[in-house]
Amino acid sequence: MSASLKELSKQETRFTEGHRLCAGCTEPIIARQILMATQKPIVVSNATGCFEVSTSIYPYTSWNVPWIHSAFENAAPTITGVESAYIALKRKGKITEDIRFISFGGDGATYDIGFQALSGAIERGHRFMYVCLNNEAYMNTGIQRSGATGRGAQTTTCPAGTCIPGKKEFPKDMTKIIIAHDLPYAAQCSPHNWKDLIEKASKGFDANGPAFLNVIAPCPRGWRYDPSLGVEMAKLAVETCVWPLYEYENGKYALTGDSKRIAEGSKPKKPISDWLKSQGRFSHLLKPQWASVADEIQQNVDKKWGELLKLCQI
Amino acid sequence: MESQLVFNGDQAIAFSWKQIDPDVVAAYPITPQTIIVENFSDFVANGEVNSEYVCAESEHSAMSICIGAAAAGARVATATASAGLAFMWEVLYIASAMRLPIVMSVANRALSGPINIHCDHSDAMGARDSGWIQMFGENVQEAYDDSIMSFKIAEHMNVRLPVMNCIDGFIVTHSLEKFLPLDDAVVKKFIGDFKPVRPLLDLKNPTTMGPFSFTDYYFEHKYQLVEAMNKAMPVIKDTFKEYGKITGRHYDVAEGYRLDDADYVIMAMGSTAGTVKYVVDQLRAEGHKVGSLKLRLFRPFPAKEIARLLQGKKAVAVFDRAISIGSTGPVFPEVRSALFDVKDRPKIVNYVYGLGGRDVRPDELKDVFKNLMSGNVNELNFMGVRI
Repeated sequence: MSASLKELSKQETRFTEGHRLCAGCTEPIIARQILMATQKPIVVSNATGCFEVSTSIYPYTSWNVPWIHSAFENAAPTITGVESAYIALKRKGKITEDIRFISFGGDGATYDIGFQALSGAIERGHRFMYVCLNNEAYMNTGIQRSGATGRGAQTTTCPAGTCIPGKKEFPKDMTKIIIAHDLPYAAQCSPHNWKDLIEKASKGFDANGPAFLNVIAPCPRGWRYDPSLGVEMAKLAVETCVWPLYEYENGKYALTGDSKRIAEGSKPKKPISDWLKSQGRFSHLLKPQWASVADEIQQNVDKKWGELLKLCQI
Repeated sequence: MESQLVFNGDQAIAFSWKQIDPDVVAAYPITPQTIIVENFSDFVANGEVNSEYVCAESEHSAMSICIGAAAAGARVATATASAGLAFMWEVLYIASAMRLPIVMSVANRALSGPINIHCDHSDAMGARDSGWIQMFGENVQEAYDDSIMSFKIAEHMNVRLPVMNCIDGFIVTHSLEKFLPLDDAVVKKFIGDFKPVRPLLDLKNPTTMGPFSFTDYYFEHKYQLVEAMNKAMPVIKDTFKEYGKITGRHYDVAEGYRLDDADYVIMAMGSTAGTVKYVVDQLRAEGHKVGSLKLRLFRPFPAKEIARLLQGKKAVAVFDRAISIGSTGPVFPEVRSALFDVKDRPKIVNYVYGLGGRDVRPDELKDVFKNLMSGNVNELNFMGVRI
């Protein structure tokens, strides 16, 4: 799907204004872009988290499409239940429309507590798209570490202390873990490249089976930056190769957007210091005491980037 | 009416599902429920049902799939036991709060630890506050009948609550018994067509389900569940009556056996109620005025009916196949509370029994009656444990 901004602006609003997400939150930007990526009717499931609590405070709702929230760890099985009902009722002639199914979950819901349920849903081959709104920690409950939190980042459960400089571990590579399920479509995305995100979402919606989008979702509260800079933060994540843009489609990896340009040499790869300097969650790493941590992060980014280039046959 | 079949309890439940042909079945296998999902898998594999069947990767996901499917507008069935029910615990409350008429068969089995696969009621008792209707069947016939009636009760517009129909693990799930099934058409007519309420798949009327309910609404939402459960009681009784008319099998929420003129009573749920009847007959033959009361329904709790049936008795032993450690068995305090305000209140004692599938022998039950008759009995007793 290739769409112009003019065409997209004419679409019906599936997710409305009036929600209570923080000023500067990138989640509603991402959700709107994704929901624009199909003209088909959709049903949404949402894991417990920022996006859920802020868009469904009874008796109000931000949702103009059917939407269901059940619990923290079960957005994937919940939507596959809806999809199973759809298949059954369609078979019995009670439904005629062609419907698409989508789940939103944060990184806590995706990388940690809902991991098994998501893996099971993908293994069973349900036709749905799972979107991870990845802000790299449990932000809804006040910034606690998750399996997606980066090495060295401080959160309230991995604080920057005098002995330990924030999170000790590197994040798990969830996108690759999902790809290991050998599903039809998976991608890493960023809201700063809306065209890339919408195209990937469109492919995910049309995939004949499960699809997965892992979208970097900068969080001004948790990352500690000026709320006006969310999209710039997402862009910087890509430019430093902390968050490469790529897709896995029918068994093949391909870089996209700025990541492709960096790989081709038409755009410079920015140093990790640019990333660490930009956010308060890494401020302690700028002290000489922890200089080695910054080096480790750079080495890890380089290693992962090199592996990805090989997978993309570059 | 079809001719008599010989099935075990799990097979009878699977057979009822074949007749009902739910839109969606999502389940995870666990002993002693496994035969249900295995049999149903055969029906799916052989095209004998039209259901969408999902083999989930856990019970938590199985119930989550059931929630999504029921919210979407489907008739949904599942089954579990023991640790599986415990694993579902979180989402059981969500199913009832969303007023989803999911039907779940529970093959009652002890909870770990230590790990044990045999019968007790600690799994179902752990879910007693979850907003699910809970029925207990004594034998294969009741396993089959309860499964069918559960759909009718759950889907009644005054109720719209999920229903658990419980049968004793191995004792009923794996024991072959004769039972009388209904014709497919009779079953289908009895439960009727499924009528979804504000389903997610109604695209013209998009619904937000499972929203965030703060301090300003949560209490009211919970109170609506209380009201629904209250309204379930007459619906359950009417369903029993209607079912009795077509089958000749007349059930009640609490069923007395040789109870009218009895002075001493054992009250039990599940298969033990059958053993108690056998012992009652033996002691009656010896001239003792004993009887029994079988509790068919635990939620909603039939307090008024129990008070009416037990008023004026000399002594009652409430049997609990579960223990709330630090207190008594869970059924006991509810029965005592039900009888607190009646005149001629009997002496009421508690017997915790059969944990982890410990056998329930007639001679032990005879001793319980003898203890009741002698008046020499503790308030809390553990039948058959080596102390």
